[in-house]
Amino acid sequence: MDFTNDREQNDLREAVRGLIERAYGDSEVRRKVVGTDPGFDEKTWSRLAEMGLLGLPFAEEHGGMGAGPIEVAIVAEEIGRVIAPEPFIEAVVLAGGLIAAVGTEEQKGELLGAIAEGTCVPAFAHAEIGTRWSASASAVTATQAGEGWTLSGAKEPVPTGARADVLVVSAVVDGGTGLFLVQGDAAGLVRTGYRTHDGTRAANVRFDGTPATLLGTGGDRTAAIERALAEARIAYSHEALGAMDSALRITAEYLKTRKQFGVTLNRFQALTFRAADMYVSLELARSTALWASMVQDAGGDVVSAADRARLQTSRAGRHIGKEAIQLHGGIGVTAEYSVGHYTSRLTAIDHLLGDGDFAAARLARTVADQETVDPLGAPYAV
Amino acid sequence: MRLQLSPELEAFREEMRTFFTTQVPQRIRDKVAGHGHVSKDEYVEAQRVLNAAGLAVPHWPVEWGGKDWTPLQRHIWREEMQLAGVPEPLAFNTSMIGPVIAAFGNQEQKERFLPKTANLDIWWCQGFSEPDAGSDLASLRTTAVRDGDDWVVNGQKTWTTLGQHADWIFCLVRTDPTAEKKQRGISLLVFPMDTPGVTLRPIELIDGGFEVNEVFFEDVRVPAENLIGEENRGWDYAKFLLGNERVGIARVGATKKMLAQAKDYAREITVDGRPLLEDPFMARRIAELENELVALELTALRVVANSADGKPHPASSVLKLRGSELQQAATELLVDLAGPLSVASFADEGSDVPAWARVATPHYLNYRKVSIYGGSNEVQRTIIAGTILGL
Repeated sequence: MDFTNDREQNDLREAVRGLIERAYGDSEVRRKVVGTDPGFDEKTWSRLAEMGLLGLPFAEEHGGMGAGPIEVAIVAEEIGRVIAPEPFIEAVVLAGGLIAAVGTEEQKGELLGAIAEGTCVPAFAHAEIGTRWSASASAVTATQAGEGWTLSGAKEPVPTGARADVLVVSAVVDGGTGLFLVQGDAAGLVRTGYRTHDGTRAANVRFDGTPATLLGTGGDRTAAIERALAEARIAYSHEALGAMDSALRITAEYLKTRKQFGVTLNRFQALTFRAADMYVSLELARSTALWASMVQDAGGDVVSAADRARLQTSRAGRHIGKEAIQLHGGIGVTAEYSVGHYTSRLTAIDHLLGDGDFAAARLARTVADQETVDPLGAPYAV
Repeated sequence: MRLQLSPELEAFREEMRTFFTTQVPQRIRDKVAGHGHVSKDEYVEAQRVLNAAGLAVPHWPVEWGGKDWTPLQRHIWREEMQLAGVPEPLAFNTSMIGPVIAAFGNQEQKERFLPKTANLDIWWCQGFSEPDAGSDLASLRTTAVRDGDDWVVNGQKTWTTLGQHADWIFCLVRTDPTAEKKQRGISLLVFPMDTPGVTLRPIELIDGGFEVNEVFFEDVRVPAENLIGEENRGWDYAKFLLGNERVGIARVGATKKMLAQAKDYAREITVDGRPLLEDPFMARRIAELENELVALELTALRVVANSADGKPHPASSVLKLRGSELQQAATELLVDLAGPLSVASFADEGSDVPAWARVATPHYLNYRKVSIYGGSNEVQRTIIAGTILGL
């Protein structure tokens, strides 16, 4: 059992941090970038590709780096540290992860290499209005048409849905939920993009007899979706860690410099104790997120581990996000100052793939199954 | 990063588990698990079983019975002990005065005290806090004045845990009232509790139990050879000792055991024909607490696995703070599960209330102490804010 990164992982972190800090070290740059479509910087996206990060989890034979969940976690945390708006988790981990998990060799060869090179941005069109955080689809239906398929229905909100070059779409098929590929220029595809509160982009995506290709060989893909969502939840937990770490650091710095009543704010115990509690939340969340990535790496029960990480980082994200603003005072709610944007992003992360209550309810359903939880034993370590 | 324990550590964990669950008498372990009253004889019996197997003081220097284990091995040893309901070796002996004597005592003191301290032949108690020196320990006023070959001690200590069982006391006393900093004029003395001039007065607690005491000193004569380490360096030894006090204070194993019990009890109680454990709200409350405990356990593992170079991991301060909160949350859960039965604390043979429900409230009330002792949680927040966040 070992919680430390090896040398290569430390080098990776340093390289990613260098690249992303050059891009977003000044929080004004982020404000500018998210002010125009597509809500992220295409040049930074290319640089992430040049460093190999957009193919990080894919097999080398498909143009990827063949790295594991620990490396993905490192990149996600560094992105969170400056809340870089590039859709690494949405495009690479989630949409790319699904292609890697269920695609045919041909599809993987064609798409994963292009994703890794930064020339193809995929998005996972899965969320539907009227339901939430499910692994199955209900509002989009797939119909076999000759050799191909057509899709009808709507998905929303789809992160990066308007900018995406290709959509991975979940849809109702006989006997469950299938996965399909839809090209960005497909006939009958209508995408209406908009800005989300955290500065990123999402879209309403409508299909009306839209031609689609089956991803993989067909059949019910609910289990694959559940697993991909779990892996993305873990990655989001790491992005949240980076964001929480920065929010706390910025807040502590502010308490040391802002003066009221003739003294700096760190002279007020009512404030410093609350900062100390933020640190406690952060470190407990960090331990759980690191562990969840190790469970994924070891081939343990990634769905349950993701719920545990999600619950802990959701509670911590809300605690730290809200306190970071309150300890700043009015400046914390201004768009001009950085800390409120961290809270906004933490709030988005919390709700995209399932919040703390969602995870707690799932864990509650199995609470009677075991006498005690051993994080180093079954079903986590196998 | 790697999740699994090495095969060697897995084997070590199994060895500990087997020893604790087969060699320490079941009747004592049941009492600990049931939060019953463990007698002095039972504490002594359990510690001697451990000591005979070399498992009472693994963190001491090898020369004095230590094991030269890694921090992770010590963590596993402690967790397994708690899960098995083994009374932990008396902290005053094994975590406090023992390591201080081993580190700062002279050879004669080591030979005189350490073997008997490990075997609980001497039961030690702690003379630190005073009525006006709690969190601000360095303000202590008990004095020791040199008179020939003796120190003469006058003053009062309080919160002396299990002092009623103690043979000896280790005591912080002011030996230089003129020192510029109040921390500099303090020394560490040890003496028998039956020395003339020592009086013990028990303090009854809100759970009806007698766990702590006041100790009064009136012209108590202590031979000069009973000074531990150097004169006026007592504060350094106290800091060393309190650092040890925080080791293992997360008590994850003990809280885990309480949650396992809570699930059992929640199965036995039915509400509207359904086991309470199937109530979605109760199931979620337990699941959330269990997840908090997983997070704490993983943090404890992170701390022990990464503190091999001897320096404490910054996150270690989280352990006391959160560990005490979760112990308290678990005791509160047990009271809530007992519901109306939780009032039957002092019921006797004529009552049908199960034993666990009788002890639930006294245990809950008693456990208010865990966020107070060992550096209150407010002291921990001060440490985090100051030393980690630089505030």
